[in-house]
Amino acid sequence: MSSPNSAYPDTPEQTTKPKRHEWPLWEVFIRGQHGMSHRHVGSLHAPDAEMAIKNARDVYTRRNEGVSIWVVEARHISASSPSDKGPLYEPSESKVYRHPTFFDIPEDVGAM
Amino acid sequence: MYAQMVKSEATREDPEKLAAFQARIDAGEKIEPKDWMPAGYRKTLIRQIGQHAHSEIVGQLPEGNWITRAPTLERKAILLAKVQDEAGHGLYLYCAAETLGVTRDELTEMLLDGRMKYSSIFNYPTLTWADMGAVGWLVDGAAIMNQVPLQRTSYGPYSRAMIRICKEESFHQRQGYAVMMKMAQGTPAQKAMAQNALNRFWFPSLMMFGPSDKDSVHSAQSMAWKIKMNTNDELRQKFVDQTVPQAEYLGLTVPDETLKWNEDKGGYDFAEPDWDEFFEVIKGNGPCNTERLATRNKAWDDGKWVRDGLLAHAEKKAARQVAAE
Repeated sequence: MSSPNSAYPDTPEQTTKPKRHEWPLWEVFIRGQHGMSHRHVGSLHAPDAEMAIKNARDVYTRRNEGVSIWVVEARHISASSPSDKGPLYEPSESKVYRHPTFFDIPEDVGAM
Repeated sequence: MYAQMVKSEATREDPEKLAAFQARIDAGEKIEPKDWMPAGYRKTLIRQIGQHAHSEIVGQLPEGNWITRAPTLERKAILLAKVQDEAGHGLYLYCAAETLGVTRDELTEMLLDGRMKYSSIFNYPTLTWADMGAVGWLVDGAAIMNQVPLQRTSYGPYSRAMIRICKEESFHQRQGYAVMMKMAQGTPAQKAMAQNALNRFWFPSLMMFGPSDKDSVHSAQSMAWKIKMNTNDELRQKFVDQTVPQAEYLGLTVPDETLKWNEDKGGYDFAEPDWDEFFEVIKGNGPCNTERLATRNKAWDDGKWVRDGLLAHAEKKAARQVAAE
């Protein structure tokens, strides 16, 4: 959780504290049973990727929630920043023609 | 509750930023880890989510006590699954707390050296098998009362953890009630055991909601921030109203002679727990405080070589991979 673009913030407390030697944080992504894409479900600590997958199985799939697990170390995730919300997402708000409902098709044409 | 008497931090910050933050919360928006938040919000949440997580972890101990002595293989498997869930719930919550800028090991150390608390309820012993019923039925029942509304809390990661937890929690309460039904319908000795468990866990369960609203000084700020959704007394009343008929179904008696249906308020009148006892337990003088913390400390100390060893192994493997590339 160190780069300015990481998924989690650096807080004042954190940056002044000496770095601790802890198991790294992993983000867990699980594919449910319905042919969906992997979805972020949470995070956990593990010494390496192999253990992270084993731990993810115990923590996040105790009730058949998934058929496949991805793990990635949290520090490898780059995230957009909340202050970029305007420049990133506002441009699409004015482009209503990107939605099919923008176009009126006569009923006579049939389903489209 | 699992988080009792969480001290709410005052906040001294730019009034404009504070107002904008409050407006987001009032509009029902979720606050996410990278969003601006008042330092008091952050600190209060770390304390509350941390305490909640610690409760899940320490809460494994009273039930773990009966895993090897469960009356049947099926009950043993069920109890094992339940205790494993509690570990999972602790982990979801620790992860939520960590998004606020505290590390897992720091949280653990604060539990172990007493700087952070866990729920008072887990400082009571589990003396008989019927206690496994009472704990699931009453303790998890009380927890659900609090956790269901917390699914709507303003902090995104906390809300998502609560949603996961609530999905699993109902199994906990039902398996407890199933144990109680079996005991209450058993031999007179078994029924007496169930009654005894109810007698011992009734008031400690009421204490889980924390002190009465008139003595609860931290509620207003936390409620404005939507990290506390109901007052302690509201939830306690709801719990009593829900639980008394369940006790009647079991043919057991709630150990409160003053308990009476109040038509006007549409709820039961009931006796307050002994708050002096509650504050003693919080201070560390409950029947099992010393034992619980000693057990957690021992587990942490005994596990040190495993944590260190796995980390050393991972680092060695990573270094070899770098060398090979």
